[in-house]
Amino acid sequence: GAMGGSVSFIPQDLLGEYQELTFLSKQEILLAYKRFSELLPKEERENACSARVPKSHILTLPELRANPFQHRICRVFSTSETGDDSMSFEDFLDMLSVFSDSANSDIKSQYAFRIFDFDDDGTLGRNDLEQLVNCLTGQGEESQLSSADMEQLIQNILEESDIDRDGTINLSEFQHVVSRSPDFASSFKIVL
Amino acid sequence: EDKEEDESKEEDNGSQQKRASRRKNYQRKTRDGKKAREEGSQKKDRGKTAPTKDQKESENKEKKTTKRGKEGENKQKKDRKNSTSSASSNSSDEESLSEEELAMLKEQVEQKKKLISTMRNKPWRMVKKLSVLREAQDFVEKFEGALGKGKGKKLYAYKMMMAKKWVKFKRDFENFKTQCIPWEMKIKEVESHFGSSVASYFIFLRWMYGVNLVLFGLIFGLVIIPEVLMGMPYGSMPRKTVPRAEQATAMDFSVLWDFEGYIKYSALFYGYYNNQRTIGWLKYRLPMAYFMVGISVFGYSLMVVIRSMARNANESTADGDDDNFIFSWKMFTSWDYLIGNPETADNKFASITTSFKESIVDEQESNKDENIHLRRFLRVLANVLIICCLCGSGYLIYFVVKRSQTFSKMQNVGWYERNEVEIVMSLLGMFCPPLFETIAALENYHPRIGLKWQLGRIFALFLGNLYTFLLALMDDVNEKLAEEDVVKNITHWTLLGHHNSSAGNDSTVTPPPLDPADVPRGPCWETTVGIEFVRLTVSDILVTYITILVGDFIRACFVRFVNYCWCWDLEAGFPSYAEFDISGNVLGLIFNQGMIWMGSFYAPGLVGINVLRLLTSMYFQCWAVMSSNVPHERVFKASKSNNFYMGLLLLILFLSLLPVAYTIMSLPPSFDCGPFSGKKRMYDVIQETIELDFPLFVAKIFSYVANPGLIIPAILLMVLAIYYLNAVSEAYQRANAELKKKMQMQREEEKNKRNNKASSNPMLQDLEDLLTPSTKTESTPKQAEDKKIESPNGTSPVRKPGRGEVLDGSPMAGGRGAAFTRPSQVFVTQPRTLGVRAPYPGQPRPWGHPLGPVPGRGRGQPCY
Repeated sequence: GAMGGSVSFIPQDLLGEYQELTFLSKQEILLAYKRFSELLPKEERENACSARVPKSHILTLPELRANPFQHRICRVFSTSETGDDSMSFEDFLDMLSVFSDSANSDIKSQYAFRIFDFDDDGTLGRNDLEQLVNCLTGQGEESQLSSADMEQLIQNILEESDIDRDGTINLSEFQHVVSRSPDFASSFKIVL
Repeated sequence: EDKEEDESKEEDNGSQQKRASRRKNYQRKTRDGKKAREEGSQKKDRGKTAPTKDQKESENKEKKTTKRGKEGENKQKKDRKNSTSSASSNSSDEESLSEEELAMLKEQVEQKKKLISTMRNKPWRMVKKLSVLREAQDFVEKFEGALGKGKGKKLYAYKMMMAKKWVKFKRDFENFKTQCIPWEMKIKEVESHFGSSVASYFIFLRWMYGVNLVLFGLIFGLVIIPEVLMGMPYGSMPRKTVPRAEQATAMDFSVLWDFEGYIKYSALFYGYYNNQRTIGWLKYRLPMAYFMVGISVFGYSLMVVIRSMARNANESTADGDDDNFIFSWKMFTSWDYLIGNPETADNKFASITTSFKESIVDEQESNKDENIHLRRFLRVLANVLIICCLCGSGYLIYFVVKRSQTFSKMQNVGWYERNEVEIVMSLLGMFCPPLFETIAALENYHPRIGLKWQLGRIFALFLGNLYTFLLALMDDVNEKLAEEDVVKNITHWTLLGHHNSSAGNDSTVTPPPLDPADVPRGPCWETTVGIEFVRLTVSDILVTYITILVGDFIRACFVRFVNYCWCWDLEAGFPSYAEFDISGNVLGLIFNQGMIWMGSFYAPGLVGINVLRLLTSMYFQCWAVMSSNVPHERVFKASKSNNFYMGLLLLILFLSLLPVAYTIMSLPPSFDCGPFSGKKRMYDVIQETIELDFPLFVAKIFSYVANPGLIIPAILLMVLAIYYLNAVSEAYQRANAELKKKMQMQREEEKNKRNNKASSNPMLQDLEDLLTPSTKTESTPKQAEDKKIESPNGTSPVRKPGRGEVLDGSPMAGGRGAAFTRPSQVFVTQPRTLGVRAPYPGQPRPWGHPLGPVPGRGRGQPCY
């Protein structure tokens, strides 16, 4: 009936396991599967479970198109061994699970930290923060902050959040800050 | 051991069968002694080895492809050897399974279960989660049957099975529930274009629709349908008949549009209902049902509103009141990931940039206070202006309502005079909010705070208007009540006179009954009130829709198409496109609901109209917003405003409860219409039911309970309870704040300490685990995991079940991995001679069932 077609491609027990392991409901997983296989070329749709979608296709999703962190999101969730940030279906599910409405803010903040950690070194240093600000203020020339403002801003942020004063923000400092925010969990969310 | 594990990875029924066989084995063993046991286990082994082998091969292959190559195979062989030897050496231990071990095993199973249920909270990749999940599931499946003894064992297994079924059922039910939620896609689309604040309106609208559907079900199912099906038919009695004088025009559209004529004497309004105590063959107590439904409409609404408020309050744990992290929050949490529209994203970029700049400037100039004085002055000025507006609008409505009362006494009044009140109220509702918004520009609040002020002000406006309207209506009702006394006498005498005159004629012929259309009527104030509310609602709907059509759609069309031939840029300049007015729409919805609550007692059909309104609203407004509105210039998040809406709704609910309760408790019902006619007060219906339908002692108890001597202490008790609970909650809050402070201090201390040590934190280890794979080649988490385990333990497959936990460093595992290897051998009853390596080809399988991996299950080939 309602779930004909696409359900036959994900084995029932695997579907159950996905439900167990993600914050997604059955419908959401099936929808994710549908959207994912639509990103694949026709001949690969048969075995969408094992195929990988290149990053350029992933970024055509409207959910990611306008997101300034799209490249980071692909990088963080991709398990690609060649570093081309392509995504498999399970990577895709991982991503949707973290961004889903019912995921708790703990796991959301862990992934947010990884997304903001541009150089993948495990802490948010000055460079990371600078890039983060640039992402948030957009590409336009007029919207970019001046270097003095940038310096001031980063200084302020480090003063607030860098509790151990090592010049970088580590994961627990980040979580400490973010967990108190009233609207982190509600905004760190992507729904297919 | 390894083998056992592999085996339980198979099809459910297969493993169940096996478990059953194992149980059989066990029983036989206890009965027949060693020999029989050996035989049994031999048989079992034969059944087991072949599929195990298969599975192992496939696993091997998989592992090979992903990582190891040759080494893996060798390793596997070694593993097997090891496992068999360890298993056989341990098999002698099985009898000495003590209570302690059992308890420990149970604990471990519980732990595994906990791990399974919390797995989704772990920041691992799917591959790793899948493998750990399967391991844990296998472990649980294997050992939970072993817990408990004799009868208890069966019971335990049964309990486990039911628990599993229950979990599955719950999951399915959740899925079903989410599938039932309507308009998810529509709202999501709006959300991606306009941000969550606009979407919060539509979510609220949807919630409202749900509540109204329930109210609709209550009223239609318990009041309207019974009366229509089982009550007296139309035209059989005066209250159900159009009076003679009105009959000529009763079907005219202009009359129907004013809810007069046939509609006035239909089941949509209070007056239609009969005061017969029971109706139909069901002996349905309609007046009683009418009263109870009227109460339960309020009861249900109160319950729903308060429950959802409490839930919202629970969800928002962080209260966001400490301003220690202004910059960090702006940085880390200001992007709304739901935004999927490039235009909205541009607006968002701009607003984030401004807010950064603003806060930097604020920080730099926080000492300058001349600005603050000016701002304060402007804010006070704005409030004064708005209060003036409110008073003016209140007076205007009072004036208009008074005038309409004089109009209503005159004959031949025009359309405008008849609808003056509705028109003025709608116009006020249309023009005051933009005026307020203009004034609010003086104040320069953050849009989220500005929204709340705006909401509060419009709320005050609407409330003032509504209550002025109610007061005027009350005057009207009092006049009608005075009028009624006169009519009552006339009716009485008319009926009497009719009887006398017919009796005076030939006594053998029964007098033709007076036609119900000719009986003089009272004014029936309840229906009048109901009609007022229905008209107000309908005019509100129309005004809302027309405003959207003209103010949004036509404007958008004009701007879009006339822009080609106009002297200035219409899109960027003066008219431009409209923004979606969140505050106005939310309040419109809330006040509409207040009107429904107030009116539904006197006009049961009102809820039906409202359901239709909300349904069309959903589609119409979604369309309008997507077609003709632009995102807000300063896109902001909805945050917790949902509870703010709910708070307003609760207030309105309470305020609309007051007039209804007042009329029920203190005004006499009309003598010739409605379910309570003939009674002194409406609530007498309860007393009547208790006296006539319940045994005597219930009436007695009721009279005791209703005694003021009991009610006053009860109220006192409640007040005391409220006071006490309030004090307790305050104390908790203080303790909470205290704990927060402590925690903060502790964290800082810890951080200072930890800074010296290397990352021994499990959380950081997880992070490292995640960090590795994307950059380095061929190191999936699984492999990283394997590597880790091999280096310290060498070849120790015995540790396998505990591996996941030990490695993950999850706090609850706490190095127990080694501890639970021993019990795992309890049921491996294989003699040394029958190693796994001997596949026994050609041997008949005693259980006849192919125990190999069942095709189509796909477990062997998870899709990475």
